[in-house]
Amino acid sequence: MTDHGAGDAFVLFERVQKSYDGETLVVKDLNLSIAKGEFLTMLGPSGSGKTTCLMMLAGFETATHGEIRLAGRPINNIPPHKRGIGMVFQNYALFPHMTIAENLAFPLEVRKMGKSEREEKVRRALDMVQMGKFGGRRPAQLSGGQQQRVALARALVFEPELVLMDEPLGALDKQLREHMQFEIKRIADGLGITVVYVTHDQTEALTMSDRVAVFNDGVIQQLAPPDKLYEEPENSFVAQFIGENNTLEGVVKEIRNGVALVELDDGELIDCKPVNVSRPGERTRVSIRPERVEMNKARLQPGAHTLKAEVLEFIYMGDIFRTRLRVAGNDEFVVKTRNAPDQRRMQPGEQIEIGWLPTDCRALDA
Amino acid sequence: MKTTHLLLATSALAMSAGAASAVDLTFVSWGGAYQESQLKAYAEPYMAAHPDVNIIWDESSAEAVAKLRAMNEAGNLTWDLVDVTVSDSMRLCDEGLARPIDGATELAAAPDGTDADTDFGATRVNECFVPQIVYSTTWGYRTDLVGDTPPTSVCDVFDLAKYPGKRAMQKRPIDNVEWALYCDGVAKEDIYSVLSTDEGVARAFAKLDTIKDQVVWWTAGAETPQLLADGEVVMGSTFNGRLFSAIAEQNQPIGMLWDMQSYDIDGWIVPTGLSPEKEAIVMDFLMFATDTQRLADQAKYISYGPARASSAPLVGKHEALGIEMAPHMPTDPANATNVLHYDYTWWADHRDDIDAKFQAWLAQ
Amino acid sequence: MSETTHAGPMLAADGTPLKRSLARALRRQKLRALALIAPLLIFVLLTFVTPIVSMLWRSVENAIVPETLPLTVEALKDWDPTRGELPEEAVFAAMVTDLQAAVKAKTHTKLGTRLNYENPGISSLFRSTGRNVGKWDLAADGPFKEKLIEADKGWGDIEVWKTLQRYSGHYTAGYFLNAADLENTAEGIQLRPEEQRIYMTLFIRTMWMSLMITGSCLLLGYPVAWLLANLRASTSNVLMILVLLPFWTSLLVRTSAWKVLLQQQGVINDLLVWVGLVDDANRLVMINNQFGTIIAMTHILLPFMILPLYSVMKTIPPSYLRAAKSLGATNWTAFWRVYFPQSVPGIGAGSILVFILAIGYYITPELVGGTQGVFISNRIAFHISSSLNWGLAAALGTILLSLVLLLYYVYDKIVGIDNVKLG
Repeated sequence: MTDHGAGDAFVLFERVQKSYDGETLVVKDLNLSIAKGEFLTMLGPSGSGKTTCLMMLAGFETATHGEIRLAGRPINNIPPHKRGIGMVFQNYALFPHMTIAENLAFPLEVRKMGKSEREEKVRRALDMVQMGKFGGRRPAQLSGGQQQRVALARALVFEPELVLMDEPLGALDKQLREHMQFEIKRIADGLGITVVYVTHDQTEALTMSDRVAVFNDGVIQQLAPPDKLYEEPENSFVAQFIGENNTLEGVVKEIRNGVALVELDDGELIDCKPVNVSRPGERTRVSIRPERVEMNKARLQPGAHTLKAEVLEFIYMGDIFRTRLRVAGNDEFVVKTRNAPDQRRMQPGEQIEIGWLPTDCRALDA
Repeated sequence: MKTTHLLLATSALAMSAGAASAVDLTFVSWGGAYQESQLKAYAEPYMAAHPDVNIIWDESSAEAVAKLRAMNEAGNLTWDLVDVTVSDSMRLCDEGLARPIDGATELAAAPDGTDADTDFGATRVNECFVPQIVYSTTWGYRTDLVGDTPPTSVCDVFDLAKYPGKRAMQKRPIDNVEWALYCDGVAKEDIYSVLSTDEGVARAFAKLDTIKDQVVWWTAGAETPQLLADGEVVMGSTFNGRLFSAIAEQNQPIGMLWDMQSYDIDGWIVPTGLSPEKEAIVMDFLMFATDTQRLADQAKYISYGPARASSAPLVGKHEALGIEMAPHMPTDPANATNVLHYDYTWWADHRDDIDAKFQAWLAQ
Repeated sequence: MSETTHAGPMLAADGTPLKRSLARALRRQKLRALALIAPLLIFVLLTFVTPIVSMLWRSVENAIVPETLPLTVEALKDWDPTRGELPEEAVFAAMVTDLQAAVKAKTHTKLGTRLNYENPGISSLFRSTGRNVGKWDLAADGPFKEKLIEADKGWGDIEVWKTLQRYSGHYTAGYFLNAADLENTAEGIQLRPEEQRIYMTLFIRTMWMSLMITGSCLLLGYPVAWLLANLRASTSNVLMILVLLPFWTSLLVRTSAWKVLLQQQGVINDLLVWVGLVDDANRLVMINNQFGTIIAMTHILLPFMILPLYSVMKTIPPSYLRAAKSLGATNWTAFWRVYFPQSVPGIGAGSILVFILAIGYYITPELVGGTQGVFISNRIAFHISSSLNWGLAAALGTILLSLVLLLYYVYDKIVGIDNVKLG
């Protein structure tokens, strides 16, 4: 699923640019292909260009440059209502003056569908999201989660092949949000539809997606399946943005056998995997995930580099322990350990040694 | 006798002025050039002589009766001296809302000693009314739009063949129905007896019907000079002072038609219920402002005739333009050859009735 | 817990019944709330309710006749006007007694004015008689029948006495009859002669033209409000200033400006003649008629339509339109099925506001209405300030108020009054 040629792409962005004011680009030279049936998430901080991309795909914004194709057809000049794309909005955008059933019937009505067929489809769509009993209600009479389901059903009722979702779970509380993530994923997989999903919540992105496109500053920083994105971030922005991350800054001393020797700013040496550093002397930012840090020296490979650390804080979080350390002058170095019987609880002030596998330590751009 | 009275009033004034500092008086008038002429001719000289008196103007004369009635009902009088037309003074005097004024003791005699009532003559229509000016509602026409034969009779207004174009007329029956009957062949002295019958009213409206679709109806006196200046109408009725300022001050191509000008009088009334202190000042002002010289002075600012016979010879030149004002007075013998004296009493009885019919006629 | 354990009322901690304790606690709150709104309540009572009640009262009130002529009214009770004879000497004597008192109190001309509304001529009858009657001696100068008729032959007119008898009650329907173009004759209530009917025409015209004005305000204001609600803030602020600009100019100036534009020798006609669309001899008549009134009033009232529309449209998120389009609706369908229904409360509020303001407007119709564009409010103003027939003005005002309430009721039935909001 990782490598999609332009030929079999269902949705294709080709060198797409977008500017609102003619001075700055909100989306810079975007190339993206999405396969049929894929669940792709555009993830990024606000202002990163992800929503603009979604709106261009939906037809509410026009690309300043480049081409967008849907099933091989250029859609730049097709108005939104002829694109046949379902869409779920951030605040659901359920029409307040219509009942739930009328809301769902709306897309069928504008497609001139007969009454009986319409009713049947509305019923099935509501059943799909377990809202069958609520057809006669108004949106204002429903809870946020219920409105969410209805919005989903409305976007699906006219059987679009592509559904866009713009932060659809943003207004829900945490528990409901997690529940709905699985629900949406289940329904999308069940119908085999292609979904382009926009969010700024990385957990959501990792949970639901086949692939995630991480946006920053109008550029896709990395496009990869969730596991790869988390474990193998290709630059320091992605490493920082996805999950929790420790960074140490330094200079590359040498690169040999696929291992980079990095001299940290306080003079200590560590081994890292060179990701986007290529020659000695380059400044780098080293990234290590908190759960990949080893505090038990016995478990480290022999000859591995270790660093001295001072425990600053210990937090008991139930399933895990979270220990904050001072490492190479960085006070925010966090280590997460599983709450296992053999796991010791550190005391603030303790001096320890930490280390990691060179493959878990990624030397990224500074 | 009169001197003592004046002395008494002045000393009372001086005492009250000494006791309380400044006195604010509210005078009610019509605004515009007319009120300006009252300010210049009466109020400013008076205030100059009496620094403690401060005169504030209220431009509400058009609703004087309604407002005085409302003030009377509410028991809260805020006006001290009110400029009204004759018909309004009749209503106010009848209802006791205006104070009777004794011409012999409370108004200034003429310089030759003639008492005020004799000097005012017919213009002092009732005991509450102190006349100031005689004005008239008359016709003006565009000199450049009437050809070589300008209109000479009010009946030319009804002659659409000779003078095609629109006419501006006041949106009320008074004057208009009289002119209509006169031009329909009714003798001037028979107008009101004819109007007292339903047939007579119908006859007046029938005459007005002949020009109805050529009439632009006005409600404010300033409209006709503007309509004439814009060329919207060929001729129009309005107050003679308005026409004078359009002709003499603004040099508009407008001519005056004095034939059958309708006389009316404007004057002061003193509302009943003033406090004695205020009343003393108001009466002192009234004696000052309606004496022979002051009334003649007002004609320096506006072309309305002083209501006192003794003032007429004193009418001089226009303050700014320097032209002799006497020939522009409605009361000038040359202008007053054929005058309509509109009957206040008759209109007091028939105004509501004729007005309802007039409005219905307008709406048809 | 079962009900039986609490046979009596629930008790508060100190043993008083809970309901009473609650009422006491709430009463203090209520009193405080009342004290807070008291200034407004008093203000509304004094400036709004009182004038309306006083208007309703004035439209039927007729106390001046029985109070000024108490003896005459009593004496006239037994008189049968259908016999076609003047009343007895006793009535005339009562009239002289009443008149003497009235002249002293200076109320006889007021009464004359009042009765003159019903029978033209009575005003001067009372005024002229008033001058004579004061000198008469009640005991010595009788009989008064001939004496009165000699003083003014009006007293010999049986119609005068009929009018007096008809309007001798403390209350009268006369003003309302007049306001409805009716009159109370010997044959009962009838329509007035055609040349005197005016008010019904004016009421219908007022309603009709106010509807036209409301409609044109809506047509012009809706797109403007939409732009205001959807443009960028900086642009919409400029537009908003343009919308509010008319508020900063005097009403008279604006109305006069329309005169300059619309009159036959005005700017628009000059332009049309210059372009050649209109012949110089046949310049368009666009002012001093209904057309001019509708144009000028639409301009004046437009902000009152735009502002409520704008504040409602501002609350409609653009995502609704996008949602509709994404569901397959064309621009028009999205607007008509989704946007428009949600803007209806603004339309309702704006229309009610404009309509109610329009029917009460009288300055603009007076200035640019000519003969065909004046409203009922012009007549009300005339009767208030000019003819001083306040009873008739009050009756006309009451009818206008009832018409507005009726329309409000109809609106409530059709659209629903809860479907009106200002934002």
